[in-house]
Amino acid sequence: MATATAAPAVLIAGNPNAGKTTLFNKLAGTKARTGNYPGVTVDRRSARIDVGGMSVELIDVPGTYSLAATSPEERIAVDALLAEPPAAAVVVVDATALSRGLYLARQVVETGVPTVVGLNMMDEARAQGLEIDVPALAENLGVRVVELVASRGQGLDELRRVIAKVARKPWRERPLRLPELVESVVSDVERVVRETGTTEGASARVWALWALLSLAGVGERDENDVPDAWRAAVAKARVDAATLGLDLEGAIIGARFARVDAAVDAAVRRSPAAGPTKTERIDRVLTHPVFGLVVFAAVMYVVFESIYGWADPFVGAIEDAVAWLQELVRTGLPEGTFRDLLADGIVAGVGNVVVFVPQIALLFLLINFLEDSGYLARVAFVIDRVMRSVGLHGKAFVPLLSGCACAIPSVMATRTLEKRSDRLVTMMALPLMSCSARLPVYVLVIGVVFAGSDRVFGVFSAGALALFAMYVLSVVATLGAAAVMRRTVVKGPVPALLLELPPYRLPLVRNLLGTTWQRVRSFLVDAGTVILALTIVLWALLTFPRDPAAEAQAERRREAAAAYLEGADLEAEYAAVDRQLASSQLAHSAAGRLGKAIEPALEPLGMDWRIGIGVIGAFAAREVFVSTLGMVFGAGEVDEEDPGLRARLRSATHADGRPLMTPLAGVSLMVFFVLAAQCMSTLAVLKRESGSWKWPVFVFAYMTVLAYGASFLVYQVGSALGWGTA
Amino acid sequence: MTLRELGELPVGTEAAVERVEGPRALRRRLLEMGLLPGTVVRIVRRAPMGDPLELRLRGFSLSLRRRDANAIRVRAAAATSAEPVGAEATAEPAPKARAAERTSLPA
Repeated sequence: MATATAAPAVLIAGNPNAGKTTLFNKLAGTKARTGNYPGVTVDRRSARIDVGGMSVELIDVPGTYSLAATSPEERIAVDALLAEPPAAAVVVVDATALSRGLYLARQVVETGVPTVVGLNMMDEARAQGLEIDVPALAENLGVRVVELVASRGQGLDELRRVIAKVARKPWRERPLRLPELVESVVSDVERVVRETGTTEGASARVWALWALLSLAGVGERDENDVPDAWRAAVAKARVDAATLGLDLEGAIIGARFARVDAAVDAAVRRSPAAGPTKTERIDRVLTHPVFGLVVFAAVMYVVFESIYGWADPFVGAIEDAVAWLQELVRTGLPEGTFRDLLADGIVAGVGNVVVFVPQIALLFLLINFLEDSGYLARVAFVIDRVMRSVGLHGKAFVPLLSGCACAIPSVMATRTLEKRSDRLVTMMALPLMSCSARLPVYVLVIGVVFAGSDRVFGVFSAGALALFAMYVLSVVATLGAAAVMRRTVVKGPVPALLLELPPYRLPLVRNLLGTTWQRVRSFLVDAGTVILALTIVLWALLTFPRDPAAEAQAERRREAAAAYLEGADLEAEYAAVDRQLASSQLAHSAAGRLGKAIEPALEPLGMDWRIGIGVIGAFAAREVFVSTLGMVFGAGEVDEEDPGLRARLRSATHADGRPLMTPLAGVSLMVFFVLAAQCMSTLAVLKRESGSWKWPVFVFAYMTVLAYGASFLVYQVGSALGWGTA
Repeated sequence: MTLRELGELPVGTEAAVERVEGPRALRRRLLEMGLLPGTVVRIVRRAPMGDPLELRLRGFSLSLRRRDANAIRVRAAAATSAEPVGAEATAEPAPKARAAERTSLPA
């Protein structure tokens, strides 16, 4: 129970799409705080507000159709209600889908919590010809009902007044009446629940009904943490019911709906519909076999363009700002380890975090717009047939598509999937999508190993064909990985698609900005700190230990040069010395030694230790591969089009004199980059979104094995057949 | 009386739920969405690639894959004139043509 010092808690519950978020935002104003429900990655939003002279803690419960639960995510609603009993609950009900919303309200009422039904979207209901006699509905349901149009703030004063009134009332259980035979079976479970205790707040009977609907049967599984005695009692009750020819679930759910339907029948008059609704007219186009797919493709293109193209100027500006700041540190501070740590560790690390913000913000603005408008459900509806074939949910399409631009916002975008198993499969497969950071790697390698005039079958340019093949490989690998994971790591049948297609509605700017900011904030705070820490670790690996011998030699060369060169020649010589020193230092560093240590493992892939250092450096972000190679090969700071680096790579050889970058070795290297989890930011965000280190570790392991295996196969089979080895 | 699988009905058909089968978790979720015996459901359309289906019931639209929809057994009550209900249903009263909210999509 709420203690005397804390404000009484008031829950806001309701079906998805019932306008719960809008209502919460309107009531909370600027006082909303975002936290996390323990153990699951679901935002917990709350706000301390005043209602009718009393201070209450408003808590937003994730949208749900029922209190029954098989997963920790679904448990949130019932735990919020029963584990820490609140003073009151508001159930937001969409007046146009009355009986479905009242079914949830009925379950809440049964627990005994003082309840208010917020009858939302009354304007839409009237427009559809629904006349609702609100006092009659309240009378029949035995709860207070307040009419709302939350989007326009109508009914809020009345709602606040009623909340203040009911929050002062004690809990009063209102049990569900069941047929006598069913009652006898339920009471057996109820007795066991009472004997095993742990039923603070709600009664044993409420928990018994909950357990009968929520606990899995033989050969099925659920993730509820309940006493074994409950499971045994439920199993026995099911056997008893079967013997008596009873359908327990049907009886319990049917009894609730019978109450609800009686109340609705008594209170609602329907005038004949005046032709198809607005939503129906829109859907005739948006889900049309031809136009539907055209619109789908166009909308998906806009999503893609937003993170690929629109975000680019912002990303560029952030990168420039970071470079400027690094330069400022380098010129402003005395030479030394602290300066390097600040410039290359901390400033670079903060840059590595902030650089993702434009993509995350743009993607979430769009996704939230699609979701709130109702189109996201249609995206799932239109594409589900394809996604289902690899065991994915229709809603997984948008995250996978945005994975072509960047995995970080895409992993976060899997939040639109309600089922945890769907989310896990999607977020673990999508790092295989070829993100935009891989492109500089492909461009560099293709530029080195293929000449512009190389042709395959006389028509295809070899470089273009190789690039195309990498994208095909990434799509095939992503879908294949999803299909395999659905059969192995995330076992169990493909969850059914039970997807509400909500009416089309104009999203509220306030909600869009609010949800987008939540996502950005959660990324900065949770994933950002990990990315910053990893950047500093990686910087240290690439910097220490230093090589005093190389430093001394560089100093001697500088002195020698100063003695007989001057002007531009001297500057050029200094630059050459610096490049040489950077290359030696890198070879001497922990990462360099690691590169040499793993060289025997890289040889069969056609790589040497220098490429190995590049691969290690690429862990900061894949495109860093290019600049790391620039340092290793003494070409200085370069980009993927740099002729100097290309020339050095072309002439580079293995220790025994064989050329390093043959076409085959190049393809092998690209295949490695398509499949490897070379991105610490992805792993950090996977940790944040899956709630444990277990999944990013798994992703890193499976992708590394996959990348190594595929690259090995390419190089070895290719070598044996004599392809592209010279 | 012949019961039919909901997912096999042509677009435009209205049918009353007779019983819900399927795995326990799916069955529970379908029942909780209000697919109870006696509830009238209309098949609004199929997705452009033939699956899933869009159903209309209790004032809202629900999308289900055909396979899962087949856990719902129904009595076909009425269909649009555009689509004959099919041979098995001829034992039922003649399908009544409904003008309201007909869709133009083929099954």
